[in-house]
Amino acid sequence: MLSLLAAASSSASSFKAPILDYHAFAPEIVLTGVIVLVLLADLLVPEDRKVLVTNLAGLGVLASLIPIITLAIDGHDRTMFGGAYVVDHFALVMKGLFIATGYVVLLMSTNYVADGDYYEGEFSFLLLSSILGMTVMASARDLITIFVALEMLSLPAYMLAGWRKRDPKSNEAALKYYLLGVLSSAVMLYGMSLVYGVAGTTVLADIGSFFTQFDSQPGIITVALLMIVIGFAFKVSAVPFHFWAPDTYEGAPTPVTAFLSVASKTAGFVALMEILYVGFLSNNNVWGPLCWVLAAITMTVGNLIALRQTNIVRMLAYSSIAQAGYILVPFAVAGENAHALITAQKASVVYLLIYTAMNLGAFGVVIAVARKTRSGEIKSFGGLFTYAPGLTLLMTAFMFSLAGIPPLGGWFAKLFMFSAALDAGTAPAIVLAVIAGVNSVIALFYYASVAREMWMSPVPDGDVTPIRVPPALATALAITVIVTVAVGVYPPLLAKLGDVATLTRAF
Amino acid sequence: MHDWVLSLAIFTPLIGVVIIMLTPKENETLVKSIALLTTLVTAGFGGYILKNFDYDRTKTLQFGVNKQWIEIIGSRYHVGIDGLSLPLLILSMFICILCVIYSWDHFPEPHNPKAFLALILILETGMNGTFIAEDLILFFVFFELVLLPMYFMIGVWGGANRQYASIKFFLFTLFGSALMILGFLALYFRAGHTFDIPTLVQNASTMLPHNSQLWIFGALFMGFAIKVPMFPFHTWLPDAHTEAPTVGSVILAAILLKLGTYGFVRIALPVLPDAAHSFAWFIGLLAVIGIIYGALGCLAQKDLKRLIAFSSVAHMGFVMLGIATLTSFGINAAMFGMVAHGLITGMLFFVAGSIGERYGTREMSRLGGLLVQAPKLGWILGFCAMASLGLPGLAGFWGEFPAILSAFNPAAGLSVVLFRWYMVIASIGTVFAAGYLLWMFQRVAFGEPRDEFAHAHIHDLHTPEWIAWTPMLLGIVALGVFPALMFKLTDGAVQQIGHSLAMVAR
Repeated sequence: MLSLLAAASSSASSFKAPILDYHAFAPEIVLTGVIVLVLLADLLVPEDRKVLVTNLAGLGVLASLIPIITLAIDGHDRTMFGGAYVVDHFALVMKGLFIATGYVVLLMSTNYVADGDYYEGEFSFLLLSSILGMTVMASARDLITIFVALEMLSLPAYMLAGWRKRDPKSNEAALKYYLLGVLSSAVMLYGMSLVYGVAGTTVLADIGSFFTQFDSQPGIITVALLMIVIGFAFKVSAVPFHFWAPDTYEGAPTPVTAFLSVASKTAGFVALMEILYVGFLSNNNVWGPLCWVLAAITMTVGNLIALRQTNIVRMLAYSSIAQAGYILVPFAVAGENAHALITAQKASVVYLLIYTAMNLGAFGVVIAVARKTRSGEIKSFGGLFTYAPGLTLLMTAFMFSLAGIPPLGGWFAKLFMFSAALDAGTAPAIVLAVIAGVNSVIALFYYASVAREMWMSPVPDGDVTPIRVPPALATALAITVIVTVAVGVYPPLLAKLGDVATLTRAF
Repeated sequence: MHDWVLSLAIFTPLIGVVIIMLTPKENETLVKSIALLTTLVTAGFGGYILKNFDYDRTKTLQFGVNKQWIEIIGSRYHVGIDGLSLPLLILSMFICILCVIYSWDHFPEPHNPKAFLALILILETGMNGTFIAEDLILFFVFFELVLLPMYFMIGVWGGANRQYASIKFFLFTLFGSALMILGFLALYFRAGHTFDIPTLVQNASTMLPHNSQLWIFGALFMGFAIKVPMFPFHTWLPDAHTEAPTVGSVILAAILLKLGTYGFVRIALPVLPDAAHSFAWFIGLLAVIGIIYGALGCLAQKDLKRLIAFSSVAHMGFVMLGIATLTSFGINAAMFGMVAHGLITGMLFFVAGSIGERYGTREMSRLGGLLVQAPKLGWILGFCAMASLGLPGLAGFWGEFPAILSAFNPAAGLSVVLFRWYMVIASIGTVFAAGYLLWMFQRVAFGEPRDEFAHAHIHDLHTPEWIAWTPMLLGIVALGVFPALMFKLTDGAVQQIGHSLAMVAR
């Protein structure tokens, strides 16, 4: 105890302020500034002109892309706090993705929140806070930083899930999400504390070199890794830790659901990549098989349950569970050899980028259609082609992209996922690839069933007044569909980003 | 022009789609004219290729373009055309024009010519692209590109049971292609990190151990065999054909099925000759089962289109038997069989569609006396039935007869006894074919019209039908009388495949 105090005091006396690289922090600083501005503006702007606040938030989010671009042009990696906070290509690509996602979600929620009288200013504020946590996550290379980033992005999301507070379903959504989120954080934190106990450091790079040198304490580390991976399995809604997701997705406001199913999930995968590939690469014999099992059952169970859904949001919830299974495939095979590791990282990044665009787009169409039908049933899409051909084409593109049919973006994401498995080339990896292949056939059935309703079924209530899509939502749809189609036709557009964004360099 | 012509042949239809999308829905004549013009311009590029193709070097890829595409996975935009691709490419362009002409005032419910013609054009892009792609990923993208338009064509414009048929078609083919893409990726990682087909043909068999070859061939086999379709993966075909609109059936029979057999000849055999030898007996077995099963299936059908669909299973069995012999003779026969089947069965589906439209039913027990009510239509049906059963002098003969003959003498290393048995069974299949086709013709065309249609006005051929059908009928006769037109084209390229197959046998 005394020695601990002494150590604490000695470290306090020799405290040196860390060197801050303000350029590296610029995206977060801009974002923080915007958050404060949004909160202040919300106080001053009269109730009937709240849309100004949302617009301000949108512009601010775009502004924070500027430092990301300057950092990308500058191009060299910046490391701070003894390796705990790194701004490299991977971080920049993921930050860009989170900020773009935030912008699209803001566009999608503008009218949704305004129409429902749902505290627009606070909504934007919380959304931006969550995105700030995600941008921190993209740079975090330290267990504590990762944990702080995770809480930063999760806490606002718990509140957003319960935003329709007069709706019991929304309350249920928020409560379930909150309780399981906290539980998973606790499990994860316990695992992290075990790692600290063994390795004596929280910086991932140091943990990585520690385990490469000393092959000690495998038992405890197995437990710790199990807990960390399971903690993130909750976050990315992998089976069997998925059961909160459908209820939360159905109850939460739809733009928030879109946000959760895309950004929050991506943040979980980003953290998982950082921890497993940087910190525990030499322990891949533990997490490799674990991810294999998670991937196999997640995609299979997700797809099979999705087949039986009648509500479009619940179907998309299970679809996003299944997609999480596909994204886990590269994790399961990454440890096999050095080049598979690189391919796996590229595959994960490319998959996350494309998945974000197509899934956000699908939710965008759901929001647009629900403005007229006021229903979440898949049946309510019946005959959409007769009165909203544009939306029908968009939804068709998003659905078949999620199913992985060329020439839409999703096929390229799947191709990359498959190529990671076959690059590893071991029998388990190939078996997993075959499971994924069979799953994408099963998945086609429910994705195509939405297309079938829209193109081949009659309009359920005979009401064929056209749907008016507000400009903000239309912009969001345009962005997502352009990305989805353009990447499918000319994959190098995104492949380049996947190429540069690897955490570990080729050996 | 020389470098661009193949890309133009692929993408001109897509430009047409964009223009059609921008045309107002109300102006139907304009939409139809744009579609027709697009197919004609595309065929114009086909004509340019035909004119400038070097017929003395059919085995070499001509008009080749090899450009950077997806650098990160080593896939390139590599297209080219040789004696194997050329006839199928021309067939595809040709059929698409005729389909647009035929649909001129035949749009099935729910009408909407704009969407329908756009789908035909997207299909054309996919089909043309598949036949000239020389990179596995490029091939895969075009191979899959045909799925969506065909799904919608069956699902929106199809018959009563269209939703079931369309999703069944989609799921079956997707299952095959999911395994096929895994095979492609395995080739990439195991055989020199390239998707380039000519390079793989050079390297793959030496770089891959026999065991891996077998697995990869198995994966490719699933992809192509479902598309062909071979027994027992054929069950999607009768449903899809029965429910599809006429034009959909024609494109499906004439071109889409060829994507599978073409895949065998272009990719599976030359890249993995070793495994092809190991699989040959099995492919041959499924082929002859298909021949007999298809024929027996035909005898049990009530619906005219369903009968033709089952006859497709039988005919594709002959094509696959030719391929399974692994000899140049057999593969030449298979190539001929593909084009002949495309013309003849395409024609049969046109006629069946027209009959169904006039009578409001395709049930053969309710039809009869077509020769009395619409003699021209009836005789065309008879002509096509004769061609389909392999009457010498018409195209069908040259697809069927050499395929059977090739089984007499399979490639070195294959069991001669086994293949001679296949030959015998396939010959019996031709007898069945004559049986079901003549029986069909007799029930539909001979006798007097049934009471319910006795006083119905059955219009004989319309002008669009004349225009659309005449070229196909002429093609059937021309290929029947001058089979060398085809054989001369394919032989060089086929000899080369046969050579690489023979190398392995030793």
